[in-house]
Amino acid sequence: MILSNGELWALIFVLSAFAYLCKAMGLIVVGGRTMPGVVERCVALIPASLLAALVVKDTFTSMQDVALDARAAGLAVALVAVWRRAPFIVVVVAAMAATAAVRALG
Amino acid sequence: MSDATGDDTSGADAQRKRVVSASLTLGAAVGVTALSFGLAAVSAGASVWQACALSFFTFTGASQFSAMSVVGAGGSLPAAFGGAALLAVRNFVYGLTLAGRVSTDARFRRLSLPRRLLTAHFVIDETTAMASAESDSRLARTAFWVTALSLFVTWNAGTLVGALAGSVLDMRALGFDAAFPAAFLAMLPGHLRTPQGRRAALTGAVVCVALTPFVPVGVAILVAVVGVLHGVKP
Repeated sequence: MILSNGELWALIFVLSAFAYLCKAMGLIVVGGRTMPGVVERCVALIPASLLAALVVKDTFTSMQDVALDARAAGLAVALVAVWRRAPFIVVVVAAMAATAAVRALG
Repeated sequence: MSDATGDDTSGADAQRKRVVSASLTLGAAVGVTALSFGLAAVSAGASVWQACALSFFTFTGASQFSAMSVVGAGGSLPAAFGGAALLAVRNFVYGLTLAGRVSTDARFRRLSLPRRLLTAHFVIDETTAMASAESDSRLARTAFWVTALSLFVTWNAGTLVGALAGSVLDMRALGFDAAFPAAFLAMLPGHLRTPQGRRAALTGAVVCVALTPFVPVGVAILVAVVGVLHGVKP
């Protein structure tokens, strides 16, 4: 982590304000109106793009380097768990355990 | 759902019970997710209080996980904010969806502004899903509020317990850096049901890895959002 304690607090409050603004804008300011179809379709795809990017970032990169390490074993186990429709916590714990095991062996 | 036999009141009661119990179950399940958030946030460098503040004030899981993931990887404040903020934009759409359902009381009178401002805090994935599943507006309101309140309690309690546990454990030896990608992976399947969703995810992943060596930490995540352009054509 390169952020100072103060910067992390700043991030928390700016993000909270922004998230609240998004929720309130939709619910209260704009209300029940619909948006142009193209905007709606693109916004609906944000989680798909970003979550997939976050998965690979957290598994295959370390700072600015592309890396292949124990976390890949964790991801492989998580993939199987998600495919088997395991509960969220099982996916997370299994990935951790696999990563820890590979690290302990390596 | 469609087995509403018997007289009207018992049918309505059964419907209400079904909605309440489904909403409470969801709240309990999400509490477990919060445990992993608390652990992950502390492993990324946040204090217990900071993890709790995120869950209380930001109160939208994917954005919280994203912000802490970038912070933990050594990203800057703008980079951490950017990705999390983009994920928060979908809450705007949820607000639009819910406006007609939760902005009025049982007699269809518009709620006062302070009450609508309070309601806005609870406009998230789960409340939107539960409220939109009910066609009856009264049941939709019940689904929204039972989900909102049970989830708010379990989300914050889970974060606190997870963060406390995280602050006494050796996170790296336990493989906790693998918790973030596993959590994001577990959130993905619902977004991969359509061809556009799958293309957006693939583009996001490829762009992120390809750019990582060339841009500051966390910025590749922001650029990965170009994957949404798969939605331009219906």
